[in-house]
Formats: sequence, C-alpha cells, structure tokens
Amino acid sequence: MYRYDEFDRTFVEERVEQFREQVARRLSGEIGEDEFRPLRLMNGLYLQLHAYMLRVAVPYGTLSSQQMRKLAHIARRYDQGYGHFTTRQNIQYNWVKLKEAPDILADLAEVEMHAIQTSGNCIRNVTADHFAGAAADEIEDPRIAAEVVRQWSSLHPEFSFLPRKFKVAVTGAPNDRAAVKVHDIGLQIVRDARGRTGFKVIVGGGLGRTPIIGATIREFLPKRHLLSYLEAILRVYNELGRRDNIYKARIKILVKDLGAEAFARKVEEEWSSLKDQAVDLPDGELRRIESYFAPPAFENLPAVTSGFEAKRFEDRDFARWAQRNVDAHRAPGYAIVTVSLKPEGGVPGDATAEQMEAVADLAAHYSFDEIRVSHEQNLVLPHVRQSDLYAVWQGLVAADLATANVGLISDIIACPGLDYCNLANTRSIPIAQRIGRRFAEIERQHDIGGLKLKISGCINACGHHHIGHIGLLGVDKKGEEFYQITLGGSADENAALGRILGPAFSAETVVDAVETIVDTYVDQRRAAEGFNDTLARIGLDPFKEKLYAPH
Amino acid sequence: MPLIKDNQIVEDSWITLEDAASLPQDAWPIVSLERWRAERENLMEAGVPIGLRLRSDQSPRLVADELEHFAVIALEFPKFTDGRPYSSARLLRDRYGFKGELRAVGHVLRDQALFLVRCGFDAFELTEDVSLEAWRAALGNITVRFQAAADGRSTVSRLRRQPARPSKPRAPSRHKDGDYCAACWAY
Repeated sequence: MYRYDEFDRTFVEERVEQFREQVARRLSGEIGEDEFRPLRLMNGLYLQLHAYMLRVAVPYGTLSSQQMRKLAHIARRYDQGYGHFTTRQNIQYNWVKLKEAPDILADLAEVEMHAIQTSGNCIRNVTADHFAGAAADEIEDPRIAAEVVRQWSSLHPEFSFLPRKFKVAVTGAPNDRAAVKVHDIGLQIVRDARGRTGFKVIVGGGLGRTPIIGATIREFLPKRHLLSYLEAILRVYNELGRRDNIYKARIKILVKDLGAEAFARKVEEEWSSLKDQAVDLPDGELRRIESYFAPPAFENLPAVTSGFEAKRFEDRDFARWAQRNVDAHRAPGYAIVTVSLKPEGGVPGDATAEQMEAVADLAAHYSFDEIRVSHEQNLVLPHVRQSDLYAVWQGLVAADLATANVGLISDIIACPGLDYCNLANTRSIPIAQRIGRRFAEIERQHDIGGLKLKISGCINACGHHHIGHIGLLGVDKKGEEFYQITLGGSADENAALGRILGPAFSAETVVDAVETIVDTYVDQRRAAEGFNDTLARIGLDPFKEKLYAPH
Repeated sequence: MPLIKDNQIVEDSWITLEDAASLPQDAWPIVSLERWRAERENLMEAGVPIGLRLRSDQSPRLVADELEHFAVIALEFPKFTDGRPYSSARLLRDRYGFKGELRAVGHVLRDQALFLVRCGFDAFELTEDVSLEAWRAALGNITVRFQAAADGRSTVSRLRRQPARPSKPRAPSRHKDGDYCAACWAY
C-alpha cells in the first residue's frame, strides 16, 4: 500500500487546519452559505435533508486494517454507529455536525486519510479495480496510476473550479471491474505491439441524465506521459466545457458536441505543447510510487488446497458462499474474498462500526492487512490463503457479513435516495430492501444466477441504473413514487446502457414487476445463458408481454 | 476594494475603462477586448501603457500575437467558481511568456489565493474587504505543491528526488522585514 511521507503528511495536516479556519469563518457568520458551499464541497461536506454528510475518500478503494478501525471509530464517535460505502469506493457519514467536521478530518489525517475532493467541481477521488494487485487477469496494478493521479489532482491550481465534477477510473485488466467506460476519463492499462505497458484513454463516458459510453481518444499513451496528457484533456475541458447549464456541463457533453475525433485533435494539439514541460513526473518518482504496490510476500502454495475443497463438501452454506463470494487470485493457493454488504433486507453498502472492526481483524489476520471497497458497495479481502477461507467465512458469519449473494439479484447497488439525499425524487433503499426480501431464498438466487440490479432515486443516476442488467429509476409523478425500468445495461468491458421497458411502475407494484422480469428470463434462457445474452436473443417484447398484458 | 500586489495593498494606477468613456488623464486605461479590437491604433498612439481586460469566455489565445502591447492583463472571474481564468493565466505565463502584470478581477476571494498565485497571477482586486494578514495567511496555509505550475515552485516529486532532502517542505522565504514576498512565492 502507498504510505505517506512527510510531504503527503504535511499536506493533509495543512488542509485540515485550512478547513478548520474556513468552518470557523462560517460558524462566526463571517461568510455566508453561498461562499462556504464551494469550500465545504472541496472537503466532501454536503448539506443533506437532515444533517451534514461527510464523504471520506478511500483512494482507489484500498484500506489498511488500521484505517478501517479509524472509520469505525468515526462512525461511533461522530455518527450513529455506522457508515455507508459508496459506488465511488468512498465512505459517507450521514449524521455529521458542522463544528465537528474538522475534528473528523484530523482523526482521518492520523491514518493518512482525508476527504479532499470527494465533492465539488474538481477532479474527484480516483477509483480503480477493487481486485487490483490480486486479480488473475491483471496486466499491471492500476493503483500505481491512480496514486499518481491522486497526488497530481490534489488542489490542482488550474482545475479546482471546473465546469462540473470530474471522475477518473483506472483498470489494469481486460475484464473491466472499474467501469472505465462510464467515467469522465477511463484509463485502461494495455500492452503495445512491443510488449510495453501504457494506457488506452477513454473520455466522455458518464451516467446521469445523459448516459453516454466513453470514446477512446488514444489507443496507447506511454506511461511517463500520463500527467501531461491528463492536463491537456482537463485544459480543453476547463476552457470549452459549458458553464451555462449545469446539466450540460460534464465533459461528455463537450465530447459529444465536438465529436470524439475533433475533441481528440484538440487534446493532442494542447498536449504537444505540454508534454515536454515539467508536468510529467521526474524519473524515479514513478518507480518510487510503484515500489509501494509491490505484491505482498505470498507463500509458495499449491494451486488447489485440499482442505478448502473438503470443507466445500462438508458445509453447504460455506460452499454456496465460496461459489459466489470467492474469486480467482493471481498467486497459487490464494483467493479473493468479497464481503457482501447486502444482507437480506439491509441497506446496500451500510456497515456498522462493529462490522468494520470485524473486517479489519480478518484483514490483519488473513489478508496481508489489506481491505478494498468495491464500486458495487461491498468490501474485499484481496489476499486470502485458500486454506484460511473457512476461518474467514466463520468470522464473517459471526459479524453477519457472510451473505452468499455477490453478483446475484440481491447484491443491489442503490443510491441513498430520499431517505437522505435532497436531490432525490424517490426512495431507493426501501425498494432494495423489499427486493432483497422477495428473493430472500438463497437457493433461488443461485438458481437465477448472476444478475445486476441497480436503483437510482432520481435522474442523476448515482445508483447506476443505466448500467444494471435491470435498472430502476425513481420518478416523481404528482407526488407519488414511480419506478421506470430499463433492461440490458452493463458496466463491464462490454459497457452498454439499458433500454426503457415501458411505463413506470408504482412503488407497490415495482417489486412484482422485477419478479416477473426475472421469471421471464429464467423461463426463456438457454442453459447457462446470462441475462443480457437472453435479452439480446429474444428482445424486450417477451418481457413487455408479461408485464403489460391486460390481466 | 483593495488591490493587492507584491503582498502589499497598493494604490491602483490603472482604471478600468467603460467602452464609451474617453481616455483618462490621470490613470492608465484597462480596456475591453472589444474596444481594443475597435480602437487598437488610437490606443497605441495615445502613448500610455495599455491594459487589457478579458472576460472568462475570452481566451488569451485570441490575442496571443499582440501581448507585447499590454502592460497589464486583467482576467475576470464573473463568479469565483468560474475556473476558466486559471487556464488563461497559465497559457499567458507558460505558453506565451507574458511578463506583465496579471490581475485577478471580478469575484475574487482569499480562498482562491493559492490557486491564483500558482497559475501566475500577481495582482488581486479582492471582492471582500480582507486584511493583508488574512490574505497572507490564506496564501501560506498550504505549503505542499504536487503539480508543476506557473509559479515554478518545486513540486513534491522533485523535492523527493533531491539528494539532501529537507526534513520539512520549504517554508516561504521572508524578507528581512519579516514579510512574505509575492516574488518569492513565484520563484
């Protein structure tokens, strides 16, 4: 993991004190909310329906057990005993007091964490594949580039007041788990013909009101030019992005209006003047950052662990969990464990302080002290010996964290919705809870197989409904909550946007509608055909017939 | 509102000229791009230094070949969340080598201080009535720079590479009277 040196430490401590002074000015009335708002947003502090919400950055989703324990401490001391892990690999506290926010930031700084740029119209906290450094299919660890971008973007003097927020995601594997095609900039590590690694640069993807799959503007960018190239993209956007309409201010609209090719030409032209200046990292600095992400000292183990296999035969619950929540690791004899934060009837992404501590303990004992937050709102223990899986599972069972539903229909992404958010039109969490209960029988979920269901409580699409196999979008109709359904979206390397099925369903009927869709899929699928493949083969009509047929 | 330059509150010897107003006798004019376009020859013949004011939607790319005529370029922030003037400033300093005064005007707050200086601004017409101490404090509260920018200050990545690494990031240099100096900030 990356560790702060004195520069990183000084920076974060200074930022805490700077914010403390800004909060003091607000509390004393020296500045009003209008001027304070952009300042607090630069530090991840939102004013929500009931209280302030603090969004803490988990850069590229990587945490140590010490950091996780601090997050638990903050949940207990400053919040109501829990936190909410988000689709951007961050954690949010929903019940924060303004006057305590600087103290929380000071606590975070003790464990090399902060809330810098988790909101506001700036370069947001950078995300990466949550299996980074562990995945069997990885070309190179994406966290190296993500850390380079994190440092470069921290209080960037030119790009702290962009037309709109700006999100960068990095993946190091061909199987995209970081949704790079629906980010403002997606970076995918690739090899060129000579075997050197660099980045494919994807720009202008995004969800929200105008969902767009990003366009590749460069097939191969040498690694050493990463920052100058990003600086060129950001400068073109900062100068030309629309500022007259908040809904048209994201870079995706600029790329769409100019056309990807014309946009790429502008970037290349800007880059030609930037790339030989001092923007890129000096020799050695990249190697310094790389060295922090060297693999942990894996033991030489056989690829198959007989004890693990035996336990799978003995214990059905463990076997089911291992089937869904364990993934292949690059090192023989190891595995990646996903800790589901989607218990039956729970709030997707929520974890109590006790659960955070349980995960921290397991990470310290069994996963080289590492934890990840996934954009699907789960936690990950990235480096577990297969022979320890049973013990890890038992530990998770004890903490009520062993739901065997990763990638299944109840592994729902949901935004906070009207329960917390002042942008929302409808609630999301209660719908997720009801769907979870409807499909509570775990055998049934396993029989249905992999299915991604995502819920957004408004058109801003924080719940990623556009890229769910089944997406629900909450809409307000004359004061009543309705849910529009889309089918066929995907967040992976075959990124696709779902298509609208038809008229929206009321809050009462939407869970039935989801069940009808699932039953139709199970009826129509051939062998182990996935949801989107079945949909591509049969189209929307069979679903519409079942849903909208006159009864 | 105060004009801050060289980390002092100074008298402004420039006047922002309305497009219809005649040239002032007792001050130098800062004119709009429109007026510069319309009256370029007249203005040059007047024999006084000329300043140019650019709105945030007017890129300095438009006057890249004419910069030698301007002693001051004022870049306007219609509101402090409009970040275009930062890119304008970096283009002027880094790309076009503009050496004159680069003035931040419009909605300018102390909380922008560091961003402004780092992008190459060296004069500031503040919107709020801020004491010099508060301005200097705002300028000094973050000493670590992760990016190369127009202020030319050493970035963290370069400081890390120095053989004899200082144990702390360098503090801003002080002159003998104890004041921070904008010129030092821009070394």
